[in-house]
Amino acid sequence: MLARTEPINGTAKPKPVSSPMNNFKSDLLNSFSLKSLKLKTKQQELLIRVSILCLVYVLAFITRLFSVLRYESMIHEFDPYFNYRTTLFLTQKGFYDFWNWFDSESWYPLGRIIGGTLYPGLMVTAAIIYWTLRFLRFAVHIREVCVLTAPFFASNTTIVAYFFGKEIWDSGAGLVAAALIAICPGYISRSVAGSYDNEGVAIFALLWTFYLFVKAVNTGSLAWALASAFGYFYMVSAWGGYVFIINLIPLYVMVLLITGRYSLRLYVAYNCMYVLGMLLAMQIRFVGFQHVQSGEHMAAMGVFFLMQVFYFLDWVKYLLNDAKLFQVFLRITVTFTVGVGAIALGVGTASGYISPWTGRFYSLLDPTYAKDHIPIIASVSEHQPTAWSSFMFDFHILLFLFPAGLYFCFKRLSDATIFIVMYGLTSMYFAGVMVRLILVATPAVCLISAIAVSATIKNLTLLLRAKNKVAQTASAKGIGSAKSSSKGLLDQSQPFHRNGAIALLLGAFYLLSKYAMHCTWVTSEAYSSPSIVLAARGAHGNRVIFDDYREAYFWLRQNTPPDAKVMSWWDYGYQITAMGNRTVIVDNNTWNNTHIATVGCAMSSYEDEAYEIMRSLDVDYVLVVFGGVTGYSSDDINKFLWMVRIGGGVFPVIKEPDYLVNGEYRVDKGASPKMLNCLMYDRARGVEIGNKDVKLEYLEEAFTTSNWIVRIYKVKPPNNRW
Amino acid sequence: MEKLSISILLTISLLPFLCSSFSPESPTDRRILVLLDDFSFKSSHSIFFNSLKSRGFDLDFKLADDPKLALQRYGQYLYDGLVLFSPSVERFGGALDLAAVLDFVDSGHDLIVAADASASDLIKSIATECGVDFDEDPSAMVIDHKKYAVSEIEGDHTLIAADDLIQSDVILGKTKIEAPVLFKGIAHSINVANGLALKVLSASPSAYSANPNSKLSSPPSLTGSAISLVSVMQARNNARIMITGSLDIFSNRFFTSSVQNAESKIKYDKSGNEQFVTELSKWIFHERGHLKAVNVRHHKVGEADEPAMYRIKDDLDFSVEIYEWSGKSWEPYVADDVQVQFYMMSPYVLKTLSTDQKGLYHASFKVPDVYGVFQFKVEYQRLGYTSLSLSKQIPVRPFRHNEYERFITTAFPYYGASFATMAGFFIFSFVYLYNK
Repeated sequence: MLARTEPINGTAKPKPVSSPMNNFKSDLLNSFSLKSLKLKTKQQELLIRVSILCLVYVLAFITRLFSVLRYESMIHEFDPYFNYRTTLFLTQKGFYDFWNWFDSESWYPLGRIIGGTLYPGLMVTAAIIYWTLRFLRFAVHIREVCVLTAPFFASNTTIVAYFFGKEIWDSGAGLVAAALIAICPGYISRSVAGSYDNEGVAIFALLWTFYLFVKAVNTGSLAWALASAFGYFYMVSAWGGYVFIINLIPLYVMVLLITGRYSLRLYVAYNCMYVLGMLLAMQIRFVGFQHVQSGEHMAAMGVFFLMQVFYFLDWVKYLLNDAKLFQVFLRITVTFTVGVGAIALGVGTASGYISPWTGRFYSLLDPTYAKDHIPIIASVSEHQPTAWSSFMFDFHILLFLFPAGLYFCFKRLSDATIFIVMYGLTSMYFAGVMVRLILVATPAVCLISAIAVSATIKNLTLLLRAKNKVAQTASAKGIGSAKSSSKGLLDQSQPFHRNGAIALLLGAFYLLSKYAMHCTWVTSEAYSSPSIVLAARGAHGNRVIFDDYREAYFWLRQNTPPDAKVMSWWDYGYQITAMGNRTVIVDNNTWNNTHIATVGCAMSSYEDEAYEIMRSLDVDYVLVVFGGVTGYSSDDINKFLWMVRIGGGVFPVIKEPDYLVNGEYRVDKGASPKMLNCLMYDRARGVEIGNKDVKLEYLEEAFTTSNWIVRIYKVKPPNNRW
Repeated sequence: MEKLSISILLTISLLPFLCSSFSPESPTDRRILVLLDDFSFKSSHSIFFNSLKSRGFDLDFKLADDPKLALQRYGQYLYDGLVLFSPSVERFGGALDLAAVLDFVDSGHDLIVAADASASDLIKSIATECGVDFDEDPSAMVIDHKKYAVSEIEGDHTLIAADDLIQSDVILGKTKIEAPVLFKGIAHSINVANGLALKVLSASPSAYSANPNSKLSSPPSLTGSAISLVSVMQARNNARIMITGSLDIFSNRFFTSSVQNAESKIKYDKSGNEQFVTELSKWIFHERGHLKAVNVRHHKVGEADEPAMYRIKDDLDFSVEIYEWSGKSWEPYVADDVQVQFYMMSPYVLKTLSTDQKGLYHASFKVPDVYGVFQFKVEYQRLGYTSLSLSKQIPVRPFRHNEYERFITTAFPYYGASFATMAGFFIFSFVYLYNK
């Protein structure tokens, strides 16, 4: 550990300055190496590092408050409303009632065992924060806690990112990683204030688990592995994405085994983490025995047994001195183990003890699987394959820094860098498969990019410093594009390389400031919309707010009987129960495909057939979203083809081609006759071109919001005289 | 509790709003508006009207084209029943029209419609809306060459002595109607799409509907027992409607005349009309066959309070009280075929209720091993009775985490194995660490 003796320029942007420069062996420091000053420099460095972290912490929090400023402190989107409702229940009724909660207000008439079908981590976290604040005599409302949970955990994630970066590279990379992840749009998209969803805390838990595991592998410490198991437990309690961890870590271990990096540290870390993590995860009701029974978790178990075999082989090798004999023994053992494992897996799968992979898992490995087999998964927009533009949108320059970072990682391979490389590559693949998984890739991309940035800056500043002793003050701001900088490092003999380095630093500074501006712009424009309140630019450039959803839900709450059942497409289920306080037929927890298909069938049938279905489900009101008047594009008619596909998946009466004209989906006059007559069309495009003046026989309009976005229809009772 | 059951009764009867005097507590009508073509009907049908008056009804006679006609004032109905003895009216006077009559029925009030050969389109369209189609040929009448009533004028087979009555004590009273019912008028048929209308008096298989004064050129559209002479319809809100193609059926002349069926030898001194019409009007005006179900209760066995939610496999008691309106008071209704369903999309439990003969029906059963939002459903639809359709929603939850069996006997080997492993591991560690 070498410290610089020169006083650090306080006015400079401090990020790279604080990097401790482990490998820097400069002789020019000798003259000033006074012990007292050295200590002081260390303290300064620590001070700067801590203050940077604090600033990043605050930055990560406040950049996510755009939505609160733009709109108001409210819960966003669809799923967060369910989370909010359950959190409210938890704080009011206590943990045991929450754990055993049977909700009769959703999925009428089946009901839903909420306690057993959710990941309670988010709710418990928010409730604990709430109770703590109440205990400290802060009279906050639970909604405020929920709104701010995601930004709070995003801030915590930056700290974890710092430590993680420090673990895999150095503390400079850690600081850069913290700064990058604080404002990275890919992460902000799921963690703005009000986005009270599992991912908000899960990314924190994910990174935390990974960090602790890497730490455990690096140190071989039982304590770190234990902490990692608890981190894993928190992750399992928070998000279904824990499957990524339980598959990535075995994969990583497997790679280490194959590359001959097996060590006792790895043995301790993995075994402790796996066994304890598995036992802890079983305590979550929703996960239950999946760790031993589901195909998705079998990789971890296989690697666990493989580790034992490796340990055993090591032991045998230690006992046997004959290398030839050991080779034979190795061959027999490996064959035998693989054979036993394969047989066990085959028998387990055939007997049904090990459940096969779920559709969601398949659809990750094969992007086209969901489209062909499970329309309900494919129907969700965030499950669509990612477009290039959204990579650019969410990562900006990180997309270019990522390969550079990989290069640096490969240049300095260690257990830790192998891990981050594995994490980065797999998550990038998944991000390409599904839009929402960009979120999982974001920490890896930020960390790897941070390595690139940090290493580049270090190289550039080294270059500057080596040539010019006073250059250090200039070293501050820049962070450069990796390839060119490393080239600069190599070609030290080139003339003008110092000027080149300065130019590169300036260019890097420009790029990074562009990144910061892009992130801020994206956050304020794209990711802070609550989607329940719509904003648009009016004809004169003024902001127009459409608050139709809440208007409609409020109407439901005020004007319908308390036991009224509302049928809508499942997107709006959570919001209706949370805000309208009415029973819904289907909601966003898409656990029962048949039930959703029944609703899809009702929506895409002729009115009289639909009436039969609605009567059998005791439906009182039908809620549809209609964008015809305001030009709101994500209305029910846009989702209609999915209703047809999902309905047709269970009820073969519904056939997709009936709704298409020459293979095209049209909603105007040219739409197919079946399309024009089905219930959904009547509901959603009541006044749209194509079929005007629809007369409804079995439904009557009950309420239409001021901008016509939400329309509620009442199901008429059977005719009195017929 | 009382209020709750009343409101249940109201909701099941699907009343859009309540009328003033036709209350669930005393369902018999009181104020009846009688619309006539001509005030002479007052005397020609006086026996019928007097029997109504003597049973306590308050009759209000108006001409059908009276310009001041109104069924409701300030949103309140002025009458509980409407009798249309005005077959030839083309347009009602005042605020009354087809829609007003139908609204009257749809708000739970009763209606008697009598047509004859001069029936107007208005009357026919009222009947059509109530599920009954009159013969479209305006000159057609019901002709029966076999079961006509023997009278002085030979060859007039439009006066029919009908005896094909519906078999229902509730609708027609307990006393059997011996004498045939005289009928002279037009035919109608029940619309097949309507499941609520009933033929009370059907024509014989030899009857047909045609113009009696002209030669039959084409086959008649309505023939045989498809022809209904008197029909009733009980709407879903329990409003009762009687439709007949003969105004004369109510007349004094038919009430008092003797009758002999052309096929039988027996001659009755008095036709069955009076008894038939009187008994039927009792049913129409809710003096008979009106049920109410109150005090729907359910609770766990051994408890008294109604829970907000059941658990699967709970034992529960269900009870309901059913009373029948006797015209003056509520009497216990006794039957052995009342069933309760425990229903979630399909009945999971279907149980016949046992009665204590005092109106209380009771059943106890075990909640099925299925969770969800269930309903207690009593669907009691019997011929002539008002339909009882109760449903009470109740969620059924699964076991709580601490309601399962704590220790299972068959699992004792596993418990033993677990603890043995733990103990063994502890001992092994101890020995391994300290016994080198």
